[in-house]
Amino acid sequence: MNISTLTIDEVRRGLRQKQFSATELTKEALRFAEAENPKTNALLTISQDRALAAAERVDKQIAAGEELGPLAGVPIAVKDVILTKDLRTTCASKLLENYIPPYDATAVIRLEQAGGVVVGKANCDEFAMGSSNENSAFGPVRNPVDLERVPGGSSGGSAASVAQGTSVVSLGSDTGGSIRQPASFCGVVGVTPTYGRVSRYGLTAFASSLDHIGPFSRNVRDSATLLQAIAGYDPYDSTSAHAPAADYLAAMDGNIRGLKIGLPKEYFKGLTRETGDLIEKGIDALKKLGATVQEVSLPTTDYAISAYYIICTAEASSNLARYDGVRYTTRTNADSLTGMYRATRGDGFGAECKRRIMLGTYVLSAGYYDAYYLKAQKVRALILKDFTEAFEHVDALVTPVSPFPAFKLGEKLQDPMEMYLSDIYTITGDLAGIPCMSVPCGRTPAGLPVGMQILTKHFDEAGMFRIADAFERSGGVQ
Amino acid sequence: MKITETEVRYVADLANLRLTEDEVHKMAHDLDEILTHIDKLNELDTSAVEPMAQVLHNVDETAALREDVERTPLGTETAVKNAPVSGAGYFKVPLVIER
Repeated sequence: MNISTLTIDEVRRGLRQKQFSATELTKEALRFAEAENPKTNALLTISQDRALAAAERVDKQIAAGEELGPLAGVPIAVKDVILTKDLRTTCASKLLENYIPPYDATAVIRLEQAGGVVVGKANCDEFAMGSSNENSAFGPVRNPVDLERVPGGSSGGSAASVAQGTSVVSLGSDTGGSIRQPASFCGVVGVTPTYGRVSRYGLTAFASSLDHIGPFSRNVRDSATLLQAIAGYDPYDSTSAHAPAADYLAAMDGNIRGLKIGLPKEYFKGLTRETGDLIEKGIDALKKLGATVQEVSLPTTDYAISAYYIICTAEASSNLARYDGVRYTTRTNADSLTGMYRATRGDGFGAECKRRIMLGTYVLSAGYYDAYYLKAQKVRALILKDFTEAFEHVDALVTPVSPFPAFKLGEKLQDPMEMYLSDIYTITGDLAGIPCMSVPCGRTPAGLPVGMQILTKHFDEAGMFRIADAFERSGGVQ
Repeated sequence: MKITETEVRYVADLANLRLTEDEVHKMAHDLDEILTHIDKLNELDTSAVEPMAQVLHNVDETAALREDVERTPLGTETAVKNAPVSGAGYFKVPLVIER
């Protein structure tokens, strides 16, 4: 067994044909993770005990001849902003270095119920704020494709772990591109489902009107399987959707003949030539599969970054108010209560969190609400309207994920605005709440992966997976 | 300048965030750059646009309400377990009211 290239189907086959037991597989996954993780720092915690206990449950099911869950025995990494009971969850923040959650996130409960084996907690940008994974209090993640480059962010560890092979699939979170951009940079599949498709109960809140949980994997099928297992209404998350999830694997029939794909022209300016060339080849591959392609326009795109950084920071400033030295593990002592809050937060948060708390507090402060937050919510409505109108004419949209492939560590760290602008093609999907994903679309001459983004209308993950899977089956872009 | 260092200090107080002098200086620069970019929104006429207050909510207002049934709560001991300082089942904080 080669743990670093396994897929869910191969795990299932191996267990069924008794090539290995779940315990053997898990031990090998843990051994590989212990040995290889120091190269990338993708995992912050490797969860030996929890993983072996989960594997044992699967082996007992096999021994008893019971039907196995869709994720039986599959080694899974979980982003460290998603709570795991009795397993340290840091949000990559110094503030939560020793935080032990008293309960599991719904997504974690569901993936374990499906037989999944949580092997570790994935590094990320602090509180999921960043586009390079350099904002982790526990050191950056290195891109397994090129260790001098960033894996993208904020779910950089989740993407790098799957690319490196220390997990077969993983969970990340996406608020402005935090799943798709690292998937693109690391050459793996990453999916941001419809807003509300996956319960956020147990996901540490960053920007509640934008936060999503979603899967990473080495092929489209595995992301579909993982999403299927965690999707669906949850009474513990009042924003989770009541709409039932379609059968994603059944939808992936390889046939996209006659499908109408829109290319939003605003997404094809300002990207590097190496990325543009690959996306163009990807579009050609879709045409060869029988899809028809037409240019469309999403005119509000240019305003998305501004709207996004108002909304997400406003919500973050409120959500992060709870880290005040009272309930969550870390406190800097001071003479007064307010002094203690200020000292704790001043010592505990990293630079990017502070910047976003400050911007969010500023835009919500007296006299500025209408000019900033309300204005941004109106622009957000226009962005959604752009998509709704486009989907009256086409079944899906195809764009680049990022204007450029993975950049070098430190390259954009000193200029926050430049870092923010790198999310230009991904934040619109989050603002509109529509499903969107990154599927690998070849490599640049320098060997760096590039991702192609596919977006569909609300709750049409099935349509999105069908396109991505057909593209992948056809060989994609070589 | 969209924002001064004095305003940065005021906002930091609102956010209960202690910043060093260096941080105040850098923050004023960074926020100024971001706010300047954000000004772009004023190019758009949104006078006839309803703000998007809800992302997706195509069900009845009451759909999120659950049955009022008992369930076992976390319990005080578990709830305060992660507190930096606790005692007698409470979170402990510095003195709030002087006697």
